Amino acid sequence: MTELMPPPPATGCRTSPVLKQRGQREVFCGLTGIIWLHRKIQDAFFLVVGSRTCAHLLQSAAGVMIFAEPRFGTAILEEADLAGLKDAQAELDRTVEELLARRPDIRQLFLVGSCPSEVIKLDLNRAAERLTQTYAPKVRVLEYSGSGIETTFTQGEDACLAAMVPVLPKTDARELIVVGALPDVVEDQMVALLTDLGIGPLRILPARTIEDEIAVGPNTVFALTQPFLGDTHAALSRRGARHIAAPFPFGEEGTTAWLSAIAEEFNISCEVFDRVTEAPRRRARHAIGQAAAPLNDKSVFFFPDSQLEIPLARFLSRECGMTALEVGSPYIHDALHGPDLDLLPAGPQISEGQDVDLQLDRCRAAHPDLTVCGLGLANPLEAEGFATKWAIELVFTPVHFYEQAGDLAALFARPLRRKSILKVAAE
Amino acid sequence: MKLTVWTYEGPPHVGAMRVATGMKKLHYVLHAPQGDTYADLLFTMIERRDHRPPVTYTTFQARDLGADTAGLFKQACQDAYDRFQPEAIIVGASCTAELIQDDPGGLAETMGLPIPVIPLELPSYQRKENFGADETFFQLVKHLAKPQAKTERVSCNIIGPTALGFRHRDDVAEITNLLFELGIEVNVTAPMGSTPSDIVQMGKAHFNVLLYPETGETAARYCEKEFDQPYTKTVPIGAGATQDFIAEIRALSGSTAPLDSQALRQTWWSRSVDSTYLTGKRVFIFGDGTHVKAAARIARDEMGFEVAGLGCYNREYARDIRTIAKEFGVEALITDDYLLVEKTIEALQPEMILGTQMERHIGKRLGIPCAVISAPVHVQDFPARYSPQMGFEGANVIFDTWIHPLVMGLEEHLLHMFREDFEFNDAAGPSHHGGHQPAGIGSNQLRVAATEEQSAVLSTGGDVAIWLAEAEKELKKIPFFVRGKARRNTETYATSQGLSEISVDTLYEAKAFYAR
Repeated sequence: MTELMPPPPATGCRTSPVLKQRGQREVFCGLTGIIWLHRKIQDAFFLVVGSRTCAHLLQSAAGVMIFAEPRFGTAILEEADLAGLKDAQAELDRTVEELLARRPDIRQLFLVGSCPSEVIKLDLNRAAERLTQTYAPKVRVLEYSGSGIETTFTQGEDACLAAMVPVLPKTDARELIVVGALPDVVEDQMVALLTDLGIGPLRILPARTIEDEIAVGPNTVFALTQPFLGDTHAALSRRGARHIAAPFPFGEEGTTAWLSAIAEEFNISCEVFDRVTEAPRRRARHAIGQAAAPLNDKSVFFFPDSQLEIPLARFLSRECGMTALEVGSPYIHDALHGPDLDLLPAGPQISEGQDVDLQLDRCRAAHPDLTVCGLGLANPLEAEGFATKWAIELVFTPVHFYEQAGDLAALFARPLRRKSILKVAAE
Repeated sequence: MKLTVWTYEGPPHVGAMRVATGMKKLHYVLHAPQGDTYADLLFTMIERRDHRPPVTYTTFQARDLGADTAGLFKQACQDAYDRFQPEAIIVGASCTAELIQDDPGGLAETMGLPIPVIPLELPSYQRKENFGADETFFQLVKHLAKPQAKTERVSCNIIGPTALGFRHRDDVAEITNLLFELGIEVNVTAPMGSTPSDIVQMGKAHFNVLLYPETGETAARYCEKEFDQPYTKTVPIGAGATQDFIAEIRALSGSTAPLDSQALRQTWWSRSVDSTYLTGKRVFIFGDGTHVKAAARIARDEMGFEVAGLGCYNREYARDIRTIAKEFGVEALITDDYLLVEKTIEALQPEMILGTQMERHIGKRLGIPCAVISAPVHVQDFPARYSPQMGFEGANVIFDTWIHPLVMGLEEHLLHMFREDFEFNDAAGPSHHGGHQPAGIGSNQLRVAATEEQSAVLSTGGDVAIWLAEAEKELKKIPFFVRGKARRNTETYATSQGLSEISVDTLYEAKAFYAR
């Protein structure tokens, strides 16, 4: 079933030395994941227990400022909470009561820890247990940390999903759980593909509402759609479930490899696999071919942002003709990123963590044709003449699986196309 | 603990960043966890700055907490000095670092850097962004500025503009030009555009022009006391305020230079007959204290609006705003609770909102036009074109900005006359705005319907009279942009007359009662 795929490179990046530097990081904290999670899980509310900075971050990271009343908010700690003048647990009870009275539609409440709540050691676990007892069975209260001292950007989603695993009911059924928050349209495509392959029963974490049953046990196998779900991977493994390792479903090759690993697990024949995937694979290749022309023979430099960097570098190298110069990731987990590193041709500097000033020096010296970086760095680099792609867009846009493969290539191609069509140079 | 959905102001260290980013050759070393680096994007994305803010974050992590976060801070401080070679450094803590009590100021002092190192105490759990900017600038002035011989020619400093300020770039240009015409030199403009060595020279000026009290008043007071520099009390937003400001400048400087006010078109634009339709439009005003004060005066005295309500989100200006509200005969709303602002606007049913980006969204939801007069800012508040709020050109810009969301005079009449027209009707919105859908499709009508439904629910509660079906039908014939007001006036009238039901007659009696 892999006959159409190009062979893996003679030397991949799995054993390449990893540059680890410690200095200023230029990344979001895990609270940022709330921006997409609150839309994905439709009966959930995310209550950050934190400071004005947390509230300001969520508002600014939302950038576009979604001003419909969102399903997230911040319980802002005040002087009296810190000085111990007020019992923080009682204050939290009062705030949650106020919130649930205001939003009776909420079925799942996530108390989200922040840097300040971690530092003052506010016990959100105890709070979640107590509040669950108070509001059961109507509302389930869970907690996780999205703090910037513990989580980087997409790790917030990981922490959230990992928090849901221990409360999943137990099952002995042989089932597949697909883990990772995907845009609804992409999730529907994925379900259709797996169903057409004859794979099931299929569960998805996070489910759209609390009513969607997911159970886990020793006969469960799971696949990840996002490369940043290390803790969720560990939590599911603790419940006895087994991970199906595979490259991540970006691009035609990634999607095929991902599906193929699952198909193999479920003993699906090559004929069925080819019949189901042949048409979308052709479409994906065609779409990438259309969109990727400006990327061919160009170089790319990744600043660490979302942990999507390694699979995306693999996609750009193998399907779009690009050369990766540096691939920076906030964290690298061999169990998750290994299969993609195997396919990424040796050559680029792989780096984990960040000292942003030193990395900027390397970027300037490498002079890439395209730089993938966060919002804080994009305009300054553009002003220096570098074409940039905002990494955050990769998290907010449907980019997984076959039908989006062309869109994914187009996202990277757009800054280069734009640079080539603008006739009036910036000063 | 306070439940918050949206905030009008960021934390105080963001205020300090606004000062540092506006300046040159100043560096800010901020003891903060990695997530706090989000604040860079406020400047690089919203303001489209082409440089990173001059801020080094220590970005400590959980595993550092048991170890040496103080050492981390000192390392970051040294690295920042070596790499950026600033003229001065400010140091401080964000909300999380405040809790671990490393004392950045004390640590930096022990390092013996050969430049001024200025510690900032910004209590994150008590104060907010504007305080942070005001306090940071004050500390810079206090540490750097020295008494100096005054310049030979009469000169002034311009105080208050920062990075990420609402139209600060253009206000400074406009006022600098105005001062030039009055024969007054600008000694230093700060914080925005200045260096630490410029701050040292501030004492040379004869007086100070305080453009933004929110971010500059403490420094202005300090300079008044230490350097014998009086400062201006009028913020020149609006035609009247600009004239008062000029009078103040003349008194402070002795300038008698003639001033050409031909560029002030706003006064004639407002008197010209097309503007008649603006008369008595009920507006609700909300924003920071300074901009609200100015907007209230413009609304009443220069546009001929009726101020239906006003308020501000920065408590520091509560007293000023309450005084103004009293003068205007309305209740002042002093709050940073977005949902309370929304509720107030819903109850008042103004014909227009003069607010912030947040009120723009309230307006969208309630179907009320809105013009933005104040921070918090949005990428749209940094237009490419010259677009000040202050001085004569500022008055012109404000006139245009405020009338743009409204349905224009003759169009308003046409809507009254032909409200059944399938493409030219009240649900379609002002015809000079694109993107509206024809009636019967999409959200406009739904939105109007939703608003009405809400007010209908409101109207059934308590001692409010019940609408009879015929009267309800008649009410629907009134265009959407005055319907809310008609409903409210009629209900108030009915209550005042002790009526329990509203008929078509009641509707027209109320209309006659409130006629103007």
